[in-house]
Amino acid sequence: MRKLLLAALCAPLVAFASEAGYPLDPSPHDARDLVSLQSGARTFVNYCLGCHSAQYMRYQGLTAIGLTEAQIRDHLMFTADKIGEPMRGPMSVKEGKQWFGVAPPDLSVIARSRGADWLYTYLRTFYRDPKTTSGWNNAVFPNAAMPHALWMLQGERRLEVAAGGHGHVDYKWSELSKGAQSVTEYDATVRDLVNFLVYVGEPHAASRKAIGVLTLFVLGVLFVLAYLLKKEYWKDVH
Amino acid sequence: MGAQLRALWGWFDARMPSVAEQWKIHAANYYAPKNFNFWYFFGALSMLVLGIQIVSGIFLTMNYKPDASLAFGSVEYIMRDVPGGWLLRYIHSTGASAFFVVVYLHMFRGLLYGSYKQPRELVWIFGVLIYLTLMGEAFFGYLLPWGQMSYWGAQVIVNLFGTVPLIGPDLALWIRGDYVVSDATLNRFFALHVIAFPLVLLGLVVAHILALHDVGSNNPDGIEIKKTKGPDGHPLDGIPFHPYYTVKDLMGAVLFLAIFCFIMFFVPEVGGYFLEYNNFIPADPLKTPPHIAPVWYFTPYYSILRAVPPLFHSQFPGVLAMGVATMILFFLPWLDRSPVKSIRYRGSLYKSALALFVVVFLVLGYLGTEPTTVWGQFGFDAFFLDTKDVATWVARVCTVLYFAFFFLMPWYTARDKVLPVPERVTS
Amino acid sequence: MDNTKRRRYNLPLRVVNYNNSISMNEQEKPDKTRRNLIVATSAVGAAAGLGAAVPFVASMWPSERARAAGAPVEVDISRMAPGELAVVEWRGKPVWVIRRTQEMLASLKAVEARLSDPASKASEQPKYAENEYRSAKPEFMVMEGVCTHLGCSPQLKGLEAKAEMGADWAGGFYCPCHGSKFDLAGRVFRGAPAPVNLKVPPYEFVTDGTLVIGEDKEKKGA
Repeated sequence: MRKLLLAALCAPLVAFASEAGYPLDPSPHDARDLVSLQSGARTFVNYCLGCHSAQYMRYQGLTAIGLTEAQIRDHLMFTADKIGEPMRGPMSVKEGKQWFGVAPPDLSVIARSRGADWLYTYLRTFYRDPKTTSGWNNAVFPNAAMPHALWMLQGERRLEVAAGGHGHVDYKWSELSKGAQSVTEYDATVRDLVNFLVYVGEPHAASRKAIGVLTLFVLGVLFVLAYLLKKEYWKDVH
Repeated sequence: MGAQLRALWGWFDARMPSVAEQWKIHAANYYAPKNFNFWYFFGALSMLVLGIQIVSGIFLTMNYKPDASLAFGSVEYIMRDVPGGWLLRYIHSTGASAFFVVVYLHMFRGLLYGSYKQPRELVWIFGVLIYLTLMGEAFFGYLLPWGQMSYWGAQVIVNLFGTVPLIGPDLALWIRGDYVVSDATLNRFFALHVIAFPLVLLGLVVAHILALHDVGSNNPDGIEIKKTKGPDGHPLDGIPFHPYYTVKDLMGAVLFLAIFCFIMFFVPEVGGYFLEYNNFIPADPLKTPPHIAPVWYFTPYYSILRAVPPLFHSQFPGVLAMGVATMILFFLPWLDRSPVKSIRYRGSLYKSALALFVVVFLVLGYLGTEPTTVWGQFGFDAFFLDTKDVATWVARVCTVLYFAFFFLMPWYTARDKVLPVPERVTS
Repeated sequence: MDNTKRRRYNLPLRVVNYNNSISMNEQEKPDKTRRNLIVATSAVGAAAGLGAAVPFVASMWPSERARAAGAPVEVDISRMAPGELAVVEWRGKPVWVIRRTQEMLASLKAVEARLSDPASKASEQPKYAENEYRSAKPEFMVMEGVCTHLGCSPQLKGLEAKAEMGADWAGGFYCPCHGSKFDLAGRVFRGAPAPVNLKVPPYEFVTDGTLVIGEDKEKKGA
């Protein structure tokens, strides 16, 4: 009961999370890499859907990243019966609020509000902190209510923050236990997950750019013609 | 085929000759100065964007749900599930910002060439009314996605109305329809945004153009072309709007659309200025985002609002300053005492004042997008202008300069040297 | 600069005559270049305009949500008793699945003389339902429970309803709205206001015990 209260009290701190602070690493994801996207989908379904949902993303939509309906049904659909259904998690908002102090947010457009770089860094900077309820803390998002869902892959680490000179902050990471993946492997897992979240944030991004190229080409041609037409008429004006 | 079409047109024209009449009055026989330059594209472009917003808006309304529990989801529904819905959304979001880019440039043309001066004061007044209505339209529209910025931006702005002495709290309650911004507010803002204000805008645009056509257009030299007419009764320096300006505006429109499409297809968010990142978080009445800033086109006025400190325990002076900053535009035709219209024939006082005004407007605009701590603090104990924030200090200076541009105008425009204005247009 | 030289344009303007006032080109002899440019610009402009109209028109087609809601429905028929009627919702409509007995099948021939369209020539059904039983498998009848008159859903009337339906009633459906009657293959009886036999939707037996309504081998995801 006391732990729940403490979690509830910590929740407002989330609102005052500082934005300056831990330097963000640029996310190395490649939106055109279908294998990466599929790997990200798998990680998402296995590690994230337990608490989070992506309620605006339908399972059907995953065919756009190179999966067949059969593959989606057999390997990714744990929380829905029909492939047209959205990716909802089993945890309700009420339960999430009760257990974590703040409901795990829906992740459909998290990549658009936080950005890929933030997500990529956030998922790689969890550390053990005995002072928090969950026992976890995060360098990018101090006092986040979320525990390290991927800890079995990354392992446990500790962080020491020291004030360096001239307002500079020194971050010292140390390993507490090994995870199932090496650093490179884990970075790749997170990269793929972020890639997937970016895709989920805007599934039509690829066609947007493709249609954009075509449109600008047509408008370019039209501009040349309109310009020549203008010049032709304005020959008469002195 | 051609003969049949002509016959059909003849049948129609015999019964409704006003169509052809209006075409003559406003296009084929409307003589506009031949020296329109780059700055003269933006009126037509404003009309184009108005049309784009109305059409895209209609189709968005087919799928959008103005309910607090459904709104955010309906926008994502449009982005994902509605065929082509993502494009409709981006057209509308890009169009909203494009509208203000185009309108600000259009207004600036007025400042450059004295287009608000006699006999065009009414054209200018209708224009300022359009500008204010447009700001209202954008404000109501921004609540609709029901994101964090939507919600808190509306909350803050409506609370500003609450600072009006005596009637403030009741006024805010009346606008909201509830004690805080809620579903009731969303629904009424939807009605205002979708139909009420667009109708007002259309009416004002018609009035604006009719008032203009009744007196004739200004030009970059600021001279009245109707003063020199040819034997056929048309201004010597005038050319019929159609075909010359229809074809020129077509070219301008295509170039504008190319830029518009580049933004819309490749960088629709424009770094968070056209589509703010925080607005992808559903509205949460219990959690205020760390920085609430209005959309970029409101930020100059927001800066002015923020720069004025609370006086007499009220934020109303800041609200008043912000209000005066917009309303002062109405009085421009009477503040400007210069005998010449165009900047080409004005002296260095006005030129410097206008240049300074542009810089001040841009600086205020930029500062409005950032928290007041963006430029840090003064190292020394500079409490001149009662602040330690560099940004607030700059904003206060700029606010003073902004008002000085208008309030001192009767003085410096009367004193300013002017060059002799030619009889005929130059370029 | 010489003022007389500053006359702006020398178009030989034709007197505007209402018959032609709307055309963009008002000259006597259109310059070839001008005409070609107008044609070219109009053509590309029209193409661009059509392209711009596409997303607007497309947005009115059923969305992914509507398509998901209208997706094919799976029905477990393994435990259906002979003579049983199951009602399933598909795309907002009731679809009937009847496990017909031998007597029911025999009755189909017997009533043919009283039907408007015994061969189902005018009604809608997939190819595999164009036979004497109007179904892919004689034992299972699948059809939309929507009267082809004005859309009410008819009621099942078995042999026990002979009192109200008439002595020659062999089982079938009766529409309460305007009195249309249908047999156990959804075929309409003569004298009914309904014009055609009941519609048969696409369906497929994915296994012996599972029927999918709304999808078949010919057109997936119809």
